[in-house]
Amino acid sequence: MIQLVSFYIFASIVIASAAMVIFARNPVHSVLWLIVAFFNAAGLMVLIGAEFIAMLLVIVYVGAVAVLFLFVVMMLDIDFAELRAGFVKNVPLGLLLAVVLAAELVLGIGAYQAGAVTLGTPETGAATVSATVPNIEAIGGLLYSKYVFMFETAGLILLVAMVGAIVLTHRKSHGTRGQSISSQVQRRPEDATRNVNQPVGQGIEL
Amino acid sequence: MIGIEHYLVVSSILFVMGVLGIFLNRKNVIIILMAIELILLAVNINLVAFSVFLGDLTGQIFAMFVLTVAAGEAAIGLAILVIYFRGRGTIAVDDVNRMKG
Repeated sequence: MIQLVSFYIFASIVIASAAMVIFARNPVHSVLWLIVAFFNAAGLMVLIGAEFIAMLLVIVYVGAVAVLFLFVVMMLDIDFAELRAGFVKNVPLGLLLAVVLAAELVLGIGAYQAGAVTLGTPETGAATVSATVPNIEAIGGLLYSKYVFMFETAGLILLVAMVGAIVLTHRKSHGTRGQSISSQVQRRPEDATRNVNQPVGQGIEL
Repeated sequence: MIGIEHYLVVSSILFVMGVLGIFLNRKNVIIILMAIELILLAVNINLVAFSVFLGDLTGQIFAMFVLTVAAGEAAIGLAILVIYFRGRGTIAVDDVNRMKG
């Protein structure tokens, strides 16, 4: 019973905040509603016992991605009212498409509920959920054994994303004088100094 | 008792919300990126729900990789947004024609 009640609370907040994300006038409010949606989606996942993904959702999405969005929204000086100019024009087509998509998805779920498809049984192996092993421990055991190369690839993807973001946004600063070590090392005394036999009574040419 | 259908309905509504967000805010690329995040969240809910109700952890592992790609995509997308804003002073993306694609 409490499970059902909390499911409906989480689900309705997720959907309501998703609606606020796309309808909010101010993008800062959109980001904040996105954070609410992620928190409640994490709640939905905790409810069925997927704690690790739920915590990852909170840490990665709320802690990193949403804050990144917030930084960018607040850093750029944008006239958001001008950006919403085409909003009303796009509403009919968007709503039509949304209704069609939702009808298709609901139809699919209805057909599934009618018993057309059975969920099947998982193949027994390392990936099978055990009642005694906690979720995080099971995922860790699987991630570092069977899926270790996938795990490394995920790290590589993050590295590429980081390098790409830095390369894209890095600006060469022109105002500052940096140290050029190679030209300092290559400099010879004959380039920098000269010996002159200065005649008496004439000015010095510097 | 909640079943997998509950989760499927929630994730499908969330998915449609994301698609609708892309269609409604065609100019504002920040909202478009947030709508993509909503779509990926719906996908993650779906993967986790199937994983739990099937009793197979592979879906949760895959949800983690989806999360990784989503984080990378957000970072790269926002970086492109920042350099686009530097160049043009606006982020209206409905008239992006510099590459004549």
